[in-house]
Amino acid sequence: MIRLKDVEMEYENGTKAIQGISLTIEDGEFVFLVGPSGSGKSTIIKLLTGEVEPCGGRIMINGFSVSNISERQIPMMRRTLGVIFQDFRLIEKKTVYDNLAFVMRAVGANPKEIRKRIPYVLQLVDLENKANSFPTELSGGEQQRVAIARALVNNPTTIIADEPTGNLDPDRSLELMSLLVKINQLGTTVVVVTHEKDLVDRFGKRVVTIDAGHVINDSVGGYVGGRIHG
Amino acid sequence: MGKHDFRYFFHEGLSNMFSHGFMSFAAIGITVACLLIMGTFTLVAVNANGLLQDLEQENEILAYVDETYSEAQAKALQRSLEEIPNVASATYISKTQAMADFEAQYPDEEILQDLDPEILEDRYAIKLVDLEQQKQTLQQVKEVTGIVDISAYEEIANGFITVRNVATVVCVALIAILFLVSVFIISNTIKLTTFDRREEIAIMRMVGATNGFIRWPFVYEGFMIGFLGAVISFLLQWALYEAVSRGVDANDALQLIKVIPFSKLWAPVAAVFAGAGILVGVGGSLSAIRKFLQV
Repeated sequence: MIRLKDVEMEYENGTKAIQGISLTIEDGEFVFLVGPSGSGKSTIIKLLTGEVEPCGGRIMINGFSVSNISERQIPMMRRTLGVIFQDFRLIEKKTVYDNLAFVMRAVGANPKEIRKRIPYVLQLVDLENKANSFPTELSGGEQQRVAIARALVNNPTTIIADEPTGNLDPDRSLELMSLLVKINQLGTTVVVVTHEKDLVDRFGKRVVTIDAGHVINDSVGGYVGGRIHG
Repeated sequence: MGKHDFRYFFHEGLSNMFSHGFMSFAAIGITVACLLIMGTFTLVAVNANGLLQDLEQENEILAYVDETYSEAQAKALQRSLEEIPNVASATYISKTQAMADFEAQYPDEEILQDLDPEILEDRYAIKLVDLEQQKQTLQQVKEVTGIVDISAYEEIANGFITVRNVATVVCVALIAILFLVSVFIISNTIKLTTFDRREEIAIMRMVGATNGFIRWPFVYEGFMIGFLGAVISFLLQWALYEAVSRGVDANDALQLIKVIPFSKLWAPVAAVFAGAGILVGVGGSLSAIRKFLQV
């Protein structure tokens, strides 16, 4: 479960990115986080992944209190999350298989577990035939599916996707979002940051709209609020 | 650290080294250059010190015995002289022996042959433990009852001391400077490889890898760079030393210089090279990776 209570975040240059946001995301939920550029969406992602610390309020993620987490606990908290980026962030000189094995290794999985888990995850994202390909040999949609596989491979309880369809065409975007819905149906909490109104409306999920560091709407069904600029 | 982790870190470190071939080659090359320069200066200093010790051994002072003393009385002084702390040895030389030595020095000078030994005095040839304390020791020797005069080459002794001290200071200073330069350059070289891999490090952090897990492959990489550098520089140092040693032996003008055989030096040289190489490699990689583990 993710819970933000009266969270404040101000950067060193004085920018108030988040101003008293309170938000709860239950286990197994699918939530779209939407809002215009500079609204504070990316800051929320950074707060959730422990890249930045809040200036005020409390954040709980999957049993960890991010507000006063020790440095030693940060890796443990991150193991409960799978993060997907707009630019995929795959390691080009490693094969698809090695990109996944690398992150399993990073959390201490042994070779036997890796050999068992990777084919299953690749099958989930429909890339079982691309295990030995390098990222540069794949299309944008395939690369993003590898990124999803990588986010899933350590079996996190929550997937956080930051503009996952930003570099994809509409068909691939729809395909990818459907894949995230499928993952959610298997029990994983999914938080998707996006500005693609059509896509958000199409899925009819919970939508949290952020603007100027505030939650201006939290409802199920579709995009609310007019200013959408990406 | 489990068996799998050890194999993984070792494999990652090795493959990092090969995948950044040029940078690794540069880091090894720098390690070799620095170790070779440090090693060469150290070996020169070791040989110079050995040579100076030999020269110190050969430098002796003469203490003349009161001519009214009988031979038995003169010989009895040996114990008093050897009890002086800085005296390594005191050898009694009778006036007859002194005359024989004198005549042997000038075999072709007839005028200096068949002289009466009575014109000379019984004496002691004294060798010192530490030349730097020569002045105090001379005073103590003078105070021994029965010793009437002393001849010593204080300037030569001071010359030896100066040469040895300068050689030691220059050597220590060079080693310190080169060591710091090596750490700095290797740290920067590994920093470039870590910079090249910053995306991998960021992903590892994002999926929950601990700092230790991220650090270990770089430590292994630094270890291997340092160790390989040490092995190569040891072999080069050996070849260089043997070549210089043969050159010195073959040169008539350098007959006085006795080069210590490498067979007597290889073990400490190997140990110091391995230690310094590994220290520089691991230290360099730890300092390079530190910055990437702060977020």
